[in-house]
Amino acid sequence: MTCCSASLVPSSAALKHRLDHERLLAASQPIPGGGMQTDLIVPSMHCVGCIRTIERGLLDVPGVTNARANLSTKRVAVHWQPRTDQPINFLEVLAGLGFEASLFDLKDVSTSARQTGRQLLICLAVAGFAAANIMLLSVSVWSGADAETAQLFQLISGLIAVPASLFAGRPFFTSALAALRNRRLNMDVPISLAVLLALAMSVHESLVGQHETYFDASVTLLFFLLIGRYLDHMMRERAHSAVLQLSRLVPSGAIRMDADGTQSYVSVSELAEGDKILVAAGERVPVDSCVLDGFSDLDRALVTGESTSVSAVPGLEIESGVLNLSGPLTLRVSRSADKSFVAEVVSMMEAAEHSKSGYVRIADRAARIYAPVVHILAAASFAGWMIATGGDWHTSIYVSIAVLIITCPCALGLAVPIAQVVATNRLYRSGIMVKDGAALEKLAEVDTGVFDKTGTLTLGTPHISVIEGGSKTDRALAGMLASLSSHPAAKAVAGIAENRSGLLVSDVTEHAGFGLAAVWKNKPVRLGRRDWVAQITTHHAAALKHDQSEVCFAVAGGELVSFRLSDTLRADAVPTIAALRAAGLDLEILSGDADAPVQVVAAQLGISKARSRLKPADKVMRIEELQRRGHKVLYAGDGLNDAPALSAAHVSIAPASGSDIGRASSDLVFTGKGLGSIMTALSVAQRTSSIVRQNFALAIGYNCIAIPFAVLGHVTPLIAAIAMSASSIAVVSNSLRLNLVKHAEYPQSPKVEAITPMPIERQPSAQTSGETAQ
Amino acid sequence: MNLLVFLIPIALFLGCLGLAAFIWSLRNGQFDDLDGAAERILDDD
Repeated sequence: MTCCSASLVPSSAALKHRLDHERLLAASQPIPGGGMQTDLIVPSMHCVGCIRTIERGLLDVPGVTNARANLSTKRVAVHWQPRTDQPINFLEVLAGLGFEASLFDLKDVSTSARQTGRQLLICLAVAGFAAANIMLLSVSVWSGADAETAQLFQLISGLIAVPASLFAGRPFFTSALAALRNRRLNMDVPISLAVLLALAMSVHESLVGQHETYFDASVTLLFFLLIGRYLDHMMRERAHSAVLQLSRLVPSGAIRMDADGTQSYVSVSELAEGDKILVAAGERVPVDSCVLDGFSDLDRALVTGESTSVSAVPGLEIESGVLNLSGPLTLRVSRSADKSFVAEVVSMMEAAEHSKSGYVRIADRAARIYAPVVHILAAASFAGWMIATGGDWHTSIYVSIAVLIITCPCALGLAVPIAQVVATNRLYRSGIMVKDGAALEKLAEVDTGVFDKTGTLTLGTPHISVIEGGSKTDRALAGMLASLSSHPAAKAVAGIAENRSGLLVSDVTEHAGFGLAAVWKNKPVRLGRRDWVAQITTHHAAALKHDQSEVCFAVAGGELVSFRLSDTLRADAVPTIAALRAAGLDLEILSGDADAPVQVVAAQLGISKARSRLKPADKVMRIEELQRRGHKVLYAGDGLNDAPALSAAHVSIAPASGSDIGRASSDLVFTGKGLGSIMTALSVAQRTSSIVRQNFALAIGYNCIAIPFAVLGHVTPLIAAIAMSASSIAVVSNSLRLNLVKHAEYPQSPKVEAITPMPIERQPSAQTSGETAQ
Repeated sequence: MNLLVFLIPIALFLGCLGLAAFIWSLRNGQFDDLDGAAERILDDD
């Protein structure tokens, strides 16, 4: 390595090695019985072969005592004994086996979410067990067992039902209590009331020897509702863990150089203003800082939205989160972590989140109307029967409880979660992760689409647009040389398809901030900055001006080859934008990049409203302006600078390749390279919304038929059981339609479907006049 | 009728046994990786 600044900065490889080890220790946790546990994320693991290769490969590493792969979560738990003599690098081991992996910080997982899931499952099992046994006993009562047997069976049913309901109903009871404490009504209030009253009445009935008990109804009700509750929980949990699997943007620690020259790994929060830190190539800058020493290129695409890289020279101020591309840098911390750019963005994000009015989910909106109606109806039938029977307490209470049970929102409780779970699963198979059901509801309402440019409409990585000069051999040599570097510009050059067979270069050296040099047929060759490469060509005087969107190549004494780079549109951006427009969305681009590239993209996509050079706060302002005018905005963006806008928008979607803060603040995350995912998500959300409405109609329609019977006192436990099951089954089957229909209409590849115009009827929103493209 | 005195407790006991087995296996982490369990059966050794 003939690095220009070898005096201060250690070699990039050694630095990286050390950072890797420190990070491994930071992400590990001691386990009882000695040793450490580290969790690794291996997204590409998908079959038994992968599991076997990974587990055996890791067990072969000295010091590893146990390795267990989990295919559902794509994680591997490794137990190991730390050894001083030999540093362990699991990521390298897995890379050697052909699996890309990353460390999973165990502190990231909230164990409480998993506990809730288990608790719900146990409640579900208890309710299922009780429901099955009670139903068995109830059937014989209904089919006419003699009085003695019937009472015995009812008493046994009660013995099972009372403890089982009290145990399995806890999720509903606590939620209902919490709602009542805040003086609100939710679906859980009538559910809890119905279950508890039905239990109390049935206990009384079975003790005095009456036949009409509702033990089966209350337990079956809980069983059905717990299924809905568990599915809802599972959906959120999966989206959450899928987002956690993606890599983190800002490193959790950095190597600090103290005044006496000692180097130590410290966490980001410990870095103070004026500290000297080392950042290796390929690493992100942890805090806002200023370049002290070293030469490199910086990729600011995720931070500011600029699509071309910037040269790092001593004295340059860098925001946290910027990616250091080519050479190691020594930086002086100019602002501590809590005052850095990332922290600023986070606080802006929280402010945007705060100013957004709380969204009320459709189930809660329904409950606000439904719950009072149910309670009033039950009270009214009690009063009515008291008057009609001249004060017969027993009959009146019995009828009003029957009303409560028959109107109990069993189908309503399932209507929303089932449809949303089916839709979420459908989207998950297309590589779209939905944070929660509310995201789908909000997505169905949007009328305006606002896009970030770099990394969202475009891929965010440079591609070659024009090649000037040079012979075939020159280009092939450039490609060959470029394949040895990990710099994004070099990767783009390496992608050119020329026949490289028979070309051999030697003595390859990387000159940070300039490019790659090598020897070919005893002649020096260079690939990199124009002015630096031109030094070895014949006519270098003409070509001194350096441009970041260009990579040059030359053989000593030969002609200069120029590769022009530009950020390319995502493959299906044009058809997707056309389909979104056809769906009635008003489209707009908000970018942090310079005017020229933004205008090019806007023209390619036919979007007339495009704004450039925007700061994060400007984007939020524009979105809030649109929303004040009554628009429902969908924001698609990936960067750190988009995070506040992502939280401010009505609903937001981010690519998985984006910043972790952007992903965390968006409602949907899509993997895969196609923008078509946005269209798929939108169509599925709109279909879900209509299915949910149909489900409500089914559930309410059933109630309209059943309520008169209940009020008039004609409902028996048998009728209640049949009606309840029938309406639940109707709702579930209707929701499953979402899955079946979608398969035919939307092929698995989002690319194909984006071209098909979507059959969505929607009035185009009024075009706001007076907005000119900037 | 006399038969039921034996049969019902037996049925309930067996049901409880199943429930206990389920809760035990859940706590034991056997439901943590259903996809993995489905694949591991294909492992020859």
